[in-house]
Amino acid sequence: MKPASFKYIAASSLAHALAAKADHGEDAKFLAGGQSLLPAMNFRLARPAVLIDLNPLGDLAYIEDDGHDVRIGALTRYRDLESDAACLKHYPLFADALPVIAHPQIRNRGTIGGNLSHADPASEMPALAVAMQARFRIRSASGEREVAAAEFFQGLLTTDLRDDEMLVEIVFPAPPARSGSAFLEISRRRGDFAIAGVAAILKLDDNDICIAARLALCGVGETPVDGSDAASVLIGHAVTADAINAVVANVRAAIAPAGTVQTSADYQRHIAGILTERVLAAAHQRVRDAA
Amino acid sequence: MPPERHDIELRVNGTTYRRSVEARLLLSDFIRHDLLLAGMHVGCEHGVCGACTVLLDGIPVRSCLMFAVQSNAHDITTVEGLATPDGALHPVQQAMHEHHGLQCGYCTPGVLMTMTAYLQDNPSPSEDEVRDALSGNLCRCTGYQNIVDAMMAAAATMREDAP
Repeated sequence: MKPASFKYIAASSLAHALAAKADHGEDAKFLAGGQSLLPAMNFRLARPAVLIDLNPLGDLAYIEDDGHDVRIGALTRYRDLESDAACLKHYPLFADALPVIAHPQIRNRGTIGGNLSHADPASEMPALAVAMQARFRIRSASGEREVAAAEFFQGLLTTDLRDDEMLVEIVFPAPPARSGSAFLEISRRRGDFAIAGVAAILKLDDNDICIAARLALCGVGETPVDGSDAASVLIGHAVTADAINAVVANVRAAIAPAGTVQTSADYQRHIAGILTERVLAAAHQRVRDAA
Repeated sequence: MPPERHDIELRVNGTTYRRSVEARLLLSDFIRHDLLLAGMHVGCEHGVCGACTVLLDGIPVRSCLMFAVQSNAHDITTVEGLATPDGALHPVQQAMHEHHGLQCGYCTPGVLMTMTAYLQDNPSPSEDEVRDALSGNLCRCTGYQNIVDAMMAAAATMREDAP
């Protein structure tokens, strides 16, 4: 279990990294935290000819919360986000999800941008980004663009990034007023990939009627699954147990999990429904607690 | 064509080393084969078992998920760096000994590195917190109970020793 040979380039600046990527195109991979890339290289499932190491680029690691959005630099490590108490308080989905992402040693090294660019559908952050309608800032040597989270994830381990592009920043909009959110997942062992995970965001009006509902799932498709259509039956209604059960039925009908090594697809579908029920109830409770 | 090599300089357990490494050399293999520090163990080589945990600038990381070339100019601590030069065990090591926290010992160096850093960050953990902190280190012998007991004892000792 040793990686194949590759040419190593330690990036000296963002411009240097982008120029190197433009030169080497699909033969090159960016190396951020390496917590998904190195296992793949150790198994020789990945054999990039060139690795462009972004770890020297400390200015790509930042968390800037202006109260309206939080802008997170791509090289920000999970550990940094997990230890930002103000950000966790402002974004309960981060507070819920971060402790169950892999293990502490992995979170010490893994980066937000690397995780999202890897686009593992079982991973938590892509589902959170879809639920929160995050915006992804993408750079290349020739320009910059922004893409919505839902458009970024195109397939299994496949994103909207072109061969010369890098995800440089993720912008998470602040939770709206009178909203609540929650994330839950179930895995066989602490830190394992989830059998299923669900993130929910509910917004209520002054009469406790739901006026917006976001739902996103991980582990049950080839990309993070946007379940907001399934949750739209809540809109215009009070968030009662019956209303939640209708969403659960919609979610189970909408997803097409493939099964995992440990579980059948039916069990994943069952678990996704249970978690949907729990996160909607928790998100609803959080709106009321905040009132 | 011979593979490209990179010159690196790093500190391991307080000693400065200069070496020339191939880019694909894992930090775990570099520590064992080049520096001949075989206390750190290599288990799964894909970041699941935790046996190869070392401290990178004081923070626990999987050394099988880093390249040696990336450790240039960094500070690494392995299990060999825990005891004092006169051989006195670190409180975490002493507690593992006293509470029979190991049987085969394969996972032990990783457990020690994870938990010495953890107990510095959180000197008064609950048992649940200790189990959570240990979740990234697989042990197939002990069932973890004796490791947890050792960590609770080590935390108490470290609190008493703290100035």
